[in-house]
Amino acid sequence: MSKIKSALAAMPKPVKIALWVLLALLAYALPLLEPPFITTPGVDFGGVLFVVTMYMLVALGLNIVVGYAGLLDLGYVGFYAIGAYTVAILTSFHANWPLLLALPVAIVATTISGVLLGAPTLRVRGDYLAIVTLGFGEIIRLVAVNTEWLGERKGISNIARPPSIGGTEGVFEIPHLNWDSGVPLLDFNDSTKFLVFGVLDQIPYYWMGLTVVIVVLFADYLIKNSRVGRAWEATREDEDAAELMGVPTFRFKLLAFATGAFIGGLAGALYASRQNFINPDSFLLLFSILFLAAVVVGGQGNRWGVLVGAALVAYLPQRFREFDDFRVLVFGLALVVLAVLRPEGLFPPKRTVRAKQLEHELDELEEGTDSEGEEKARA
Amino acid sequence: MPDAHILEVDQLTLRFGGLTALDNVSFDIKEGEILGLIGPNGAGKTTCFNAITGVYKPTSGTISFRGESLAGKKRFEITQSGIARTFQNIRLFPTMTALENVLVGADAQHSTGILSALFRLPKHRREEEAGHRRAMELLRFMGLHTKADELAANLSYGDQRRLEIARAMATNPKLICLDEPAAGFNPQEKRVLMDLIRKVRDQGFTVLLIEHDMRLVMGVTDRIVVLEFGKKIAEGTPAEIRDNPAVIAAYLGVEEEDAS
Amino acid sequence: MNFEFFFNNLPSLTVSGLAFGAIYALIALGYTMVYGVLQLINFAHSEVFMYGTFAMLWTVMALGGADADGVELVAILLASLVAAMALSAIVALVLERVAYRPLIKRNAPRLIALISAIGASFVLAELMGLRDRVAGWLGLEDDLSDYVGKARINNSIAGVVEAPRWDIGGVSVSSIDILVILSAVAMMVVVDQFVRRSKLGKGIRATAQDPETASMMGVNPTRTIQMTFLIGGLMAGVAAFLYMLKIETTKFDVGFLLGVKAFTAAVLGGIGNLRGALLGGLVLGVAEIWGSALLGTEWRHVVAFVLLVVILLFRPTGLLGESLGKARA
Repeated sequence: MSKIKSALAAMPKPVKIALWVLLALLAYALPLLEPPFITTPGVDFGGVLFVVTMYMLVALGLNIVVGYAGLLDLGYVGFYAIGAYTVAILTSFHANWPLLLALPVAIVATTISGVLLGAPTLRVRGDYLAIVTLGFGEIIRLVAVNTEWLGERKGISNIARPPSIGGTEGVFEIPHLNWDSGVPLLDFNDSTKFLVFGVLDQIPYYWMGLTVVIVVLFADYLIKNSRVGRAWEATREDEDAAELMGVPTFRFKLLAFATGAFIGGLAGALYASRQNFINPDSFLLLFSILFLAAVVVGGQGNRWGVLVGAALVAYLPQRFREFDDFRVLVFGLALVVLAVLRPEGLFPPKRTVRAKQLEHELDELEEGTDSEGEEKARA
Repeated sequence: MPDAHILEVDQLTLRFGGLTALDNVSFDIKEGEILGLIGPNGAGKTTCFNAITGVYKPTSGTISFRGESLAGKKRFEITQSGIARTFQNIRLFPTMTALENVLVGADAQHSTGILSALFRLPKHRREEEAGHRRAMELLRFMGLHTKADELAANLSYGDQRRLEIARAMATNPKLICLDEPAAGFNPQEKRVLMDLIRKVRDQGFTVLLIEHDMRLVMGVTDRIVVLEFGKKIAEGTPAEIRDNPAVIAAYLGVEEEDAS
Repeated sequence: MNFEFFFNNLPSLTVSGLAFGAIYALIALGYTMVYGVLQLINFAHSEVFMYGTFAMLWTVMALGGADADGVELVAILLASLVAAMALSAIVALVLERVAYRPLIKRNAPRLIALISAIGASFVLAELMGLRDRVAGWLGLEDDLSDYVGKARINNSIAGVVEAPRWDIGGVSVSSIDILVILSAVAMMVVVDQFVRRSKLGKGIRATAQDPETASMMGVNPTRTIQMTFLIGGLMAGVAAFLYMLKIETTKFDVGFLLGVKAFTAAVLGGIGNLRGALLGGLVLGVAEIWGSALLGTEWRHVVAFVLLVVILLFRPTGLLGESLGKARA
């Protein structure tokens, strides 16, 4: 594993970029390839992949709050809900805006709600923040349940879809692969229209989700490697020391919260647009826990690990639907086992790995000198 | 003005519940000097530091820095205005590299926000470049430049102490407060460190130094303030302090009243 | 706002609120003590409570509580109380052993311990919710059908206990509410005195204040932590029993909301503070019932959470402050 990594690191930059582009293309093509075993029997594969991208988006956002800034947020679904409801209200329930107009409004509204929630609560201690955010998530849902203006339990339907390119027929059609005969064949009866956001074919939504994930991933990288990222990390490591080194920790915690809310709102809005319909049950507290699990399973603080965690949390229950009844049980077991056996997550940040390695080497060195000493003593 | 006062502590009193940690302490620090703050354990040295850097609010009395009162200023504002410190028990950011630790210090004087970072605006580039340059300079000054990419947690004890000083210097302070920087050092290391502190001063910083080891303090400081049980019992040049009977009594652990 | 209804029914609303609050307080005890000693939000404590409600339900069913009355019924109810306390205590101890001890030993970060707690909470709730399947694997589904059926819906003992309503000073109150309030307060006093006076209790307080020094002074940390979970479990069992008397139905996921409420009560009173848990529970219960009388029952949970947020903003350490270690505990 580490050999592959160092080999990758040693490659010249153009090769690396080419590899990345290839990887991205593969990701885009995944639902067209319909690879056997990976594809989900009984559920639309494109739809599953879209949900995976939404979890990835949410996990990236929550990772900023939990992984970078070290703030435990148990009510992240609240932001997701605000984004979704804003879009639902503006495009269907109380107005008729197009999605592209409602989307920025939804994001701004969610970001503002993040600041409004964070401004008073980020001053209280970390554990309290967890419970206050938990309460926040529930309040948002309960308000939606109880307010006529928000559709109550019935929810809101007919939410606007993204605009299609090239009318209802699209610009061109892309055939899928068919594996029924054992070898992949192009199947022209089963094709995806580029780029039609319709009811049946979910693949365009997946492409949209994947594109947003890639953009957010870049943004995450740029922000992390700057004064802002350093301030978050310093605050997480030692808030008092950071403050005494001139970091306005409160402001940066609030910024992390707002950035997280921004991404959460964006994900919620896209989700609502693809679902076409939302009700309060789409925003149960369980989802906050699932989002958090995605971050922690992958390895908080490591954006790639977090993506893998999100993919696992979203994909596995869909792939193994026959075990649907047991999915929460298995999921809970996985969390306990993971916490007990591999607390830094499946893919901890490189640094943690490096620190552990060094520790290990030191241990070995010490053991080595010990045994030498023993040998000497024996001689 | 060579003799200008950079920091003035005026009748500073700090009480925690019934306990008086600092009782009417006054002293000033002149620009460009190394002032030693000494006293037996529990004399209130670190409390005094904490009051200066905004960790504790004074019960009464004032602290002014370059003619401006520090009352009501937040801790990070005090740092940004030019007072930096180190900690008695090392408090680096363990999962960050040595270089990043120093960069956090340098960031105190920067203002890059999320938008500049996101769009890599000229401000981000400028500040990032200046920060890196200054940080590497300081690491070299501390002899840590070969370990810039090492995680702070993995540095040796002595390197961590030096890294803390580098981080404090990176905030571009006028006054730098060192809280027992030589704690845990052997005599040889202590001597090297004292040379370093002199060099820090020669770079134009004013230094406030808490130290336990009398001999070392005598060697490096220009003036010394002695605290005991939260009160200032003496102030003067090292030579004056050495011969001060109250200080001798305090360090021998004999109460003046008992001695007389 | 329905002021007329509110003021006409103020006394009975208050009694009902106090009864809910008393149950919250008993559950909150488990959160607050574990937090005081380990600084860990024992997220799965709600399931400890939930298992207690089922122990109570099954005991009443098994002993034929539906057909009993008089002394016999009282005996059955006492047996169900013991069963609830026993099962809750066992679940709490297993939880400590499996989900927390390995982490505590390694000094894992608190977030990881919380994740483990969340996972354990899912596992416990789902095991109860899938108990028909579990019994099926063991080939027991026919013998136990009364107990494992209706695994994912409400299970009820409605009608077993017909409690009279008492007229106190012209106000009609439920005798169950009075019983709930009095026994909860009595249990809180017992635990408070135990933690203050007994040797084990002193060990708990010492560990809460300074684990290292406590262990150097001969306090066994593992045993102390076990003890903390045991007391929390027993009290959750009492809470489960009282809850079943009052509400009469339970479900595999009943723990979640009650757990959140109880934790809110603990934070409200000042987490780590036993008397705070009682005060926090009572305040929360009354505020909730008053709030739902004024605004409509659908706003009940919103009132609870808003109260929490508001109190934390003005008194970040809760009403009575945080202290298991201090003499106040």
